[in-house]
Amino acid sequence: MGTRSGALLLACLLAGGAAAAAEPQAGGGAGSDWMSWRAHDDVTNTASLQRGARNFMGYCLGCHGLKYERYSRLGIDLGLTPEELQKFLISPGDKPADYILTSMPAADAASWFGKTPPDLSLMARARGADYIYQFLKTFYVDSSRATGANNVRLAATSMPAVLSELEGLKRAVFKDEQEKGGDGKLMTVHVFDHFEQIAPGRLSAAEYDDFVHDTVNFLDYVGEPTQAERRALGIWVVLFLLVFTWLAWLLKQQYWKDVH
Amino acid sequence: MAPPVPPPAATPKPGGLRGWLYKRFPIQEFIADQLTGYYAPKNFNFWYFFGSLALVVLVLQLATGIFLTMFYKPGEATSFDSVEFIMREVQWGWLIRYMHSTGASVFFIVVYLHMFRALLYGSYKAPRELLWLLGMLVYLALMAEAFFGYVLPWGNMSFWGAQVIVNLFGTIPVIGSDLVLWIRGDYGIADATLGRFFALHVAAVPLAILLLVALHLVALHQTGSNNPDGIEIKERVGADGHPLDGIPFHPYYTVKDIMGVGVMLIFIAIVVFFVPSFGGVFLEAPNFEPANPMSTPEHIAPVWYFTPYYAILRAVPDQRAGALLMFLAVALFVFLPWLDRSPVKSMRYRGLLSRGALAIFAVSFVALGYLGLQPAEGLYVILARVFGVGYFSFFLLMPWYSRIDKVKPVPERVRFHGHA
Repeated sequence: MGTRSGALLLACLLAGGAAAAAEPQAGGGAGSDWMSWRAHDDVTNTASLQRGARNFMGYCLGCHGLKYERYSRLGIDLGLTPEELQKFLISPGDKPADYILTSMPAADAASWFGKTPPDLSLMARARGADYIYQFLKTFYVDSSRATGANNVRLAATSMPAVLSELEGLKRAVFKDEQEKGGDGKLMTVHVFDHFEQIAPGRLSAAEYDDFVHDTVNFLDYVGEPTQAERRALGIWVVLFLLVFTWLAWLLKQQYWKDVH
Repeated sequence: MAPPVPPPAATPKPGGLRGWLYKRFPIQEFIADQLTGYYAPKNFNFWYFFGSLALVVLVLQLATGIFLTMFYKPGEATSFDSVEFIMREVQWGWLIRYMHSTGASVFFIVVYLHMFRALLYGSYKAPRELLWLLGMLVYLALMAEAFFGYVLPWGNMSFWGAQVIVNLFGTIPVIGSDLVLWIRGDYGIADATLGRFFALHVAAVPLAILLLVALHLVALHQTGSNNPDGIEIKERVGADGHPLDGIPFHPYYTVKDIMGVGVMLIFIAIVVFFVPSFGGVFLEAPNFEPANPMSTPEHIAPVWYFTPYYAILRAVPDQRAGALLMFLAVALFVFLPWLDRSPVKSMRYRGLLSRGALAIFAVSFVALGYLGLQPAEGLYVILARVFGVGYFSFFLLMPWYSRIDKVKPVPERVRFHGHA
């Protein structure tokens, strides 16, 4: 899997290095502003989608499927030849017309993680790209959890910090705040304040941000594969309707000249 | 200037195939009675587009709906997947589905504006009470149609929305719980519910809507259209026997309505192609997760066109009283022709009381629609009560304020400024 991802990474870097440089950098300082982080997804950026697909196959597909998306559709939409598709993206034993399914049995997954990892085909539509972006960037070490990890965006998540190899390890610093409870009494609540990096990963902060950005962008595409085509076609439809309506207005004016 | 003279109803019968057909079927008579010979007031304004637009949206929904039915598979195990199949693998399926989902919202926008027009110009008043009642039946059928349709994609909001709305029938004393069981066909919203909602959505209710719309049009053509001045144009007839202030529906209003259709299609296309979920208002985000009886969405809210009533339901602490008020909020429209005691129809000639009451109603309706989309807590509930009072006052105080309201004299002829 490592060499496959590496080869695609190289291909993608050659194809879309320039696009990657233009992508926005998100994430302020120590993460205290995580709620304002935006995914800045752009599904017309094919190079980003290709990298996102590679990231997904390498890091997500072990547990999460994309049960509504076929490999062949992915190849066409991401501008890959059948050979490239076969070489870089298709799981061993799968055919191009197959849906992108995880090989992890759902029942096992449920007993291992307490919850079957959800299919991600529609996650970007159900929760939004920003949600996934924030989720993937707010994991922290938490020894009280069975997985050893917790998440600021989705507290008590069942998902382990599978990307910590890339991102490194973060510690979450909390502060105590006074808040009025339901009964009107003041109570002390534990609120997330900021992150502290405690071990470096294979990627720098900026590289990891690009990694998450591409992956979220890819999930946005999978949520609605036709969206780029939809917007491109829409311009022509609206232009046609504007001309049609203008002609209809001229016709109406012509007829109504007689009405006094 | 005299109004334009229409072609005489009895044009010479053509020969050939047309002659053969006309001898056997009253096409010419229908056109002469209902289109070229149907005289509509010449002073229709912006508000008079929405009747014909509603008809166009109905056709659009039927046409797109038929194609969706070819691929949609009702059932707990199949509904959600078949909608995604339509969105991803059926040729142009995404376009048909977005047209249908957008069309549902556009239908309500158009119908609400059509109804507001009636409130503005007193179109429900005598002699058009039956026309109004038939229109209300169309509206009720449309609400049922939209509700059943919303459940079909079997997303999590479909499921919980159905749960909340069906349970409202449980608040009916004595028969409530049995009635809910009968509606669902199961102890929860389930496979049996989906099957019957599908049948009602694609066959029973559309047939009812078509019939009611036909009756609505028959009643309209019997009394003739009202107009912004609220004057009966039939009372002033010219030498040719046609109303002095009337013009033939075809060609004048057909060409005008085609232009209106063009404008509406531009708006629909912008939504369909650029913002199909309309920021989660037309297609709600939780509905992209399959129905899950074990996981309640954070806020359950119906689609925007039901939220004014939903806000009223939640504004009342007692659930049974809330449900009763919600049904009443819809039902009160039916009584308008008899609640309104004003001697004039149009707001143009009514006084401050009627105008103010209508303004309060319009603001309350929109505000309740917004509040119904928000969580039922704190200030939102208080505001919903305030605007709920505004909503009901419009109807319940109408016999009083419409009678004492100072009205202006109504002119004999409609106000109209033609082209130079």
